[in-house]
Amino acid sequence: MTAPWCDKTGHEIREAVVRGDVTARVVTEAHLARIHALDGKIDAYTQIWEEYALAMADRVDEKRRSGATLGILAGVPISLKELMCTKQGETTCASKMLAGYRSPFDGTMVQRLAAADAVFLGKVNMDEFAMGSSTENSAIKTTKNPWDLGCVPGGSSGGSAAAVAADLCSMSMGSDTGGSIRQPAALCGCVGIKPTYGRVSRFGLVAFASSLDQIGPLTKDVRDAALCLNAICGRDPMDATSVDLAVPDFTAALTGNVKGLRIGLPKEYFTDALGAEVREKVMAAIEVLRGLGAETVEVSLPHCDYAIAAYYIICTAEASANLARFDGVRYGFRHPDAKDMRGMYVMSKSAGFGPEVRRRILLGTYVLSSGYYDAYYLKAQKVRRLIKQDFDEAFEKCDVVLGPTTPSPAFRFGEKTADPLEMYLSDIYTISVNLATLPGLSLPCGLSSSGLPIGMQLIAKPFAEETLLRTAHAYEQNRGFDMGKPPIA
Amino acid sequence: MEYEAVIGMEVHVEINSKSKVFCACGTDFHAPPNTNVCPVCLGMPGTLPVLNVDMVNKSVAAGLALGCTISRWSKMDRKNYFYPDLAKNYQISQYDLPLCHGGYMDIEVNGVEKRIGITRAHIEEDTARNTHTIGGGQSGVDFNRCGMPLLEIVTEPDIHSADEAYAYLTLLKQTLQYLEVSDCNMEEGSLRAEANISVRPKGTTALGSKTEVKNVASFSGVHKAIDFEIKRQINVIREGGAVLQETRGWDADRGVTFSQRQKESAHDYRYFPEPDLTPIVVDEAWEQRIRESLPELPQARCKRFQTTYGLSPYDAGVLTAGRPMADYYESVITAGADPKKAANWIMVDLQALLTDAKQEITDCKVAPEHIAELLTLIGDGAISGKMAKDILRDIFETGKTPKAVVEEKGLVQISDTGAVEAIVRQVAEGHPAQVEQYKGGNEKVLGFLMGQVMRASQGKANPKLAEDLLRKLLNG
Repeated sequence: MTAPWCDKTGHEIREAVVRGDVTARVVTEAHLARIHALDGKIDAYTQIWEEYALAMADRVDEKRRSGATLGILAGVPISLKELMCTKQGETTCASKMLAGYRSPFDGTMVQRLAAADAVFLGKVNMDEFAMGSSTENSAIKTTKNPWDLGCVPGGSSGGSAAAVAADLCSMSMGSDTGGSIRQPAALCGCVGIKPTYGRVSRFGLVAFASSLDQIGPLTKDVRDAALCLNAICGRDPMDATSVDLAVPDFTAALTGNVKGLRIGLPKEYFTDALGAEVREKVMAAIEVLRGLGAETVEVSLPHCDYAIAAYYIICTAEASANLARFDGVRYGFRHPDAKDMRGMYVMSKSAGFGPEVRRRILLGTYVLSSGYYDAYYLKAQKVRRLIKQDFDEAFEKCDVVLGPTTPSPAFRFGEKTADPLEMYLSDIYTISVNLATLPGLSLPCGLSSSGLPIGMQLIAKPFAEETLLRTAHAYEQNRGFDMGKPPIA
Repeated sequence: MEYEAVIGMEVHVEINSKSKVFCACGTDFHAPPNTNVCPVCLGMPGTLPVLNVDMVNKSVAAGLALGCTISRWSKMDRKNYFYPDLAKNYQISQYDLPLCHGGYMDIEVNGVEKRIGITRAHIEEDTARNTHTIGGGQSGVDFNRCGMPLLEIVTEPDIHSADEAYAYLTLLKQTLQYLEVSDCNMEEGSLRAEANISVRPKGTTALGSKTEVKNVASFSGVHKAIDFEIKRQINVIREGGAVLQETRGWDADRGVTFSQRQKESAHDYRYFPEPDLTPIVVDEAWEQRIRESLPELPQARCKRFQTTYGLSPYDAGVLTAGRPMADYYESVITAGADPKKAANWIMVDLQALLTDAKQEITDCKVAPEHIAELLTLIGDGAISGKMAKDILRDIFETGKTPKAVVEEKGLVQISDTGAVEAIVRQVAEGHPAQVEQYKGGNEKVLGFLMGQVMRASQGKANPKLAEDLLRKLLNG
């Protein structure tokens, strides 16, 4: 089925609303109708805020009628990952632990999108507490990849990617700790950007790993990513790690000009571990950029082999503390059979968390334990520094690093659930970017022989999101083929 | 065998910031339960701590006053443990890099000065307060206290007696109050002291196993608890037993310490750097700014009061015990009063009024200028000392100026010789028997006659003049 307006990008909708070609209400209704019609097959949405969305849309239309200036996302229908704190609805992190939990506040990103006149359609699925790479760890439902309903959408922002790919919203807000925006974006054929650590306030993002988490959008094109960043970036007094740095107009970076741009190709990213089809599509994309006047240079990231090991020590250590508050004392799940305090802790946590979350809490507790701290946590921090140094050195030779986002296209349900390590490897190219606190962007660069999207990743220096967007946009405008729509659309 | 005690003190003081350490909530102790709370201090999902800079400034001031080195670079850490009074199930504290370290305090015990090393002073958040129903069954948690700004000050094991511990606590409290960084009110829990106590044979250097005495409500309680604990430990050893490493409480009614919790082994708190906060960088300029704003500290001020104002060590000590009183005293001097007379009036007469009214000097309606004015009136002979006391009481109650009270009540002293002489004559004539007794050699009766003169003049006769005239009359 096709629905008017649902296949449009955010900037197209915004322009149409501003011009008066369409009302925000009509756009919102179209999206809600499509969600009702299609989401039963995809299961991207965990909450649909019908009345709330229409009320937001009506406020935008009213604002236009009154002659007031409309925000930069006026009427743009957006979905939010289940771990974004909102006063509206529930904030469950796709966990039994927080089933029914209502946040008393809106996170900073949510406030900024609302201030930009966006419309929230509801919340979308994810791996429980953002721990996973396939959204199979959700305690709520299993989200399917719109390109092949037998395949995973990626994760942890799998609901976001599936919703954008299936035109169930025009953009979706995800979070990325080790690839959770870029990997599902690649697997579902969307654009996904993880900004530099500190660019976007984390206030209102339920923490998984505080030193790695970052909010970012999944969108249908690069311009929408730039537009969304304009709305959400910038210092927030509620987040001490948010950086006090001027926010440029990111859309101004979309010049189409990459002449003389130096693209670094890390030799470690193009090894035998990389699937042939992905390699072929990424190499073709490099040719497109070369054709536009970009230069390529080989770079090396010698410590990237240790990235996954370091990542799973740091992120689990931080998670073990971040998730300690879910204890059944003040809110969330409390085991009904608990008889005493210790029992309440043990039973509530054991029954409230899923297996992957429990695994990571145990791992994190272990690596921080007395006698193991130096061997694990401290060493991992040293590796993290070396990985950052690798990138620093690479960026002396190039402006942007280019490679695959994932080793292969979307995999099938259950294919990697038996072996956690196998699942962890699907983030092999994205994890270092979080460890090095850099901005990274994934965008589609073709379809596999079985019709599954393939993504490529661009990485830039800290706070050089403009370079990412400029490069991605130039490629997107000149790639010479149409990604098309998922068959379900 | 003789034993000596080895004691280290851990003191938690609540820094008197307007807001909590990581959020904007207020810090009023008297607020009803769970009203000074917000999603941040309740540790709700999605919230983040933001460090209160005022807390850092005040902690640096305290550190400097304790002779500490201020770390150019320090950080916050997470201390992980599960307890319902800890909203996040980790406490944000400082582990290996405290804000202040390596300081000292010079205390004086029985005239002997002694240096107590300060190991460190670090900032952290307080926990909530748990209350339980008598007999169990229900527990309540008041999160007003959760996230209150705390400074933990740890000494070296340099203390060897209850007296030294008491002197240390007293000076620490006095210093922090001078800095106006904490109320140090033990009843409200804004100062909490724990003593780590062990004993060892005198002359040896190895440390014995220690007990930690907690939850003592007053400094004198700490003194008694330490005394008791030292004797208890020595007895245990003398009887061939071993001191258990444990936490002990203090039963003030029975005057004994009692076992609360045995430490099987050191708890593994799994400290790691707090990723939600950036490092605390106090550069030289920042430290200097705070150093320059430090007030004169109590020991220095006490010495200066002795040398500058000629006060006795005791008087100087009383007047500098608290900063508001010392400031008051110096304002009186600035207003022109004689230092020694001012000291007397403040310490005796004014203090008596304050004590009766249960007032602090900061609430006092008597302005320092009033005291100076009063002393001038006495010096000029305009009023007597007796009248001055009455006037002071009036000012204390009404806040009027001494001159206003004098005029209002017609309290001006009669120093006119003719007028006083007339009264003296009248009294002598009215008491012929007493006059005869005096003339017969009974000097004591002069006091009675003076009393009659003062009574007849309604207290206004200049006492010195009246006495001279009375003697002259009786002897003449």
